[in-house]
Amino acid sequence: MGMTITEKILAKAAGKRNVNPGENIWLNVDVLMTHDVCGPPTIGIWKREFGKSAKIWDKNKLVIFPDHYIFTADKYANRNVEILREFARDYEVENYYDVGTERYKGVCHLALAEEGYNIPGTVLFGTDSHTCTSGAFGMFATGVGNTDAAFILGTGKIWEKVPESIKFIFNGNLPKYLTAKDLILHILGDITTDGATYRAMEFDGEAVFSLSMDERMTLTNMAIEAGGMNGIIKADAITEAYVKERSDKSYEIFESDNYAEYFAVYDYDASKLEPTVAKPHSPDNRDLVRNVSGTELTKCYIGSCTGGKLPDFRFAAQILFGNTVKVPTFIVPASTKVARLLEVETYNGLTLKEIFDKAGCQIGQSSCAACLGGPDDTFGRAKDKDVVISTTNRNFPGRMGSKKSEVYLASPLTVAASAVTGVITDPRDFIND
Amino acid sequence: MEKVLNGKAYVLGNNIDTDQIIPAEHLVYSLTDEDESKKYGHFALSSVPIEKAGLPEGGVSFIEGDNWQSEFTIIIGGSNFGCGSSREHAPFALQKAGVKAIIAESYARIFYRNSVDGGFLIPYETVDKLIDKIKTGDQLELDLENNILKNLTKEEVHHLKPLGEVLPIVEAGGLFNYARKSAMIL
Ligand code: SF4
Repeated sequence: MGMTITEKILAKAAGKRNVNPGENIWLNVDVLMTHDVCGPPTIGIWKREFGKSAKIWDKNKLVIFPDHYIFTADKYANRNVEILREFARDYEVENYYDVGTERYKGVCHLALAEEGYNIPGTVLFGTDSHTCTSGAFGMFATGVGNTDAAFILGTGKIWEKVPESIKFIFNGNLPKYLTAKDLILHILGDITTDGATYRAMEFDGEAVFSLSMDERMTLTNMAIEAGGMNGIIKADAITEAYVKERSDKSYEIFESDNYAEYFAVYDYDASKLEPTVAKPHSPDNRDLVRNVSGTELTKCYIGSCTGGKLPDFRFAAQILFGNTVKVPTFIVPASTKVARLLEVETYNGLTLKEIFDKAGCQIGQSSCAACLGGPDDTFGRAKDKDVVISTTNRNFPGRMGSKKSEVYLASPLTVAASAVTGVITDPRDFIND
Repeated sequence: MEKVLNGKAYVLGNNIDTDQIIPAEHLVYSLTDEDESKKYGHFALSSVPIEKAGLPEGGVSFIEGDNWQSEFTIIIGGSNFGCGSSREHAPFALQKAGVKAIIAESYARIFYRNSVDGGFLIPYETVDKLIDKIKTGDQLELDLENNILKNLTKEEVHHLKPLGEVLPIVEAGGLFNYARKSAMIL
């Protein structure tokens, strides 16, 4: 029987020749990632369970990014970063990227890629549900809770149930008015928020392989929004070039067998899709932008591991160039690297930052910021009955800060177009293919 | 593991995500400090829209006033319970509030794992759609040996899906105890 890419990687990590969906296996973990929200409780459990003799199974394989609640006066949030700092010092964790230093990176999922921790064929676990993002590199990556992470921290091992796989093929060319975000929102509308629970979501097709690594990460990032265990895209030349620039580790490239079995296969023609949104209050509440255009907004938000990467800002700049925003518009580069690039990358002779400044946007510091609400003083947080359009990945009640607010999820093109008009706007009003 | 659990039902709908179970702004409190961690109980389920809190009527607060424990100790949920983030604070908050078991149509993977591996709650899956049959406040008896849920208020009996492969972890009280019992770790 053939195997999918996910099955092959899991088999390798379990030291087996083959594995079957539904089987529980123990995996050797290549990298464990944690952050300021789940790191402290993970460390707490690890100390409680392993006691005085607690040892990190492999210091080089632990990566810690404070990123969630960073620029806040909240004393509890700051205490969490202090706990990470102490832990990194006491246990000599080199891959710790402290706030307030040159090393600070911003949102963990993008930082993992930028810092060369995403290696094809490997297995990465993280204490964050969007750890599935790293699957864009032809690797197995998934989120776990604190207990599982503490177990990995002490043993380097964890159990997992081999998932069935669902394949999503995007044929054709992606028109200029669409981004990876439209593709994944489209899928979510089809399969809903539990359509891939305990399953792998594999992305394929020429439209997918035409995407940059950043855009591929937008697809795999939102696999969890369908309940997916992991999202995965096999590594190609674009992946290899990205990885080689950032790491000298050797890697193994896996791909699905032609005769591998899938739970389901979805075929799309990317050239026929239209700009898509998820309406309040669920990422699967899909509609076409043109059906909700005209909806009055009070805020626009471009940021997060989903929509705060360099291409997201390039898309936004295309529309914001020479325009001014009608509603408060918040720009949050996901990583410090992206923040620096905003001052370097140009469009029509202006840097992206100049374009955003001229358009009247507010630019925040790299972190998760209002993507998950956060403490009261968080940049861009939804207040009261705000109606927000955002490039983030979740719009559950209260997710961006206020239970009464309404959040629409959309591509950076749609968000930028809406920022200029103050109402939800189809990017095709600004861009033709 | 106890063999029978008794408690009052608190009924919720589909897609109860982790932001509704414990809003992100509260994730900053210590989970190990006895006193501070009570805040998790206090804020458990605090972002469920009030009209959907305690079905079928809704409008039933899970936690009263300044309390940190709930009078409801068995949660009846719909599909995709616990979707969203990986925060283990979610099953922890429910446990802190006094919840012993959840009985839902289906679960999101990470929440399910966290409940089992952390030894916080027993996540049972239903055979029938129970959110239409059980009312918030109904007195329930959960028979863990026979996977049966009795609604004492309505005198009805519901069969649940056996816990299957995770049963040994649930019985051991979590992943670490399980690994010790099976001599995987010291
Ligand atoms: S940016 Fe948002 S989705 Fe991404 S890791 Fe941060 S909180 Fe999670």
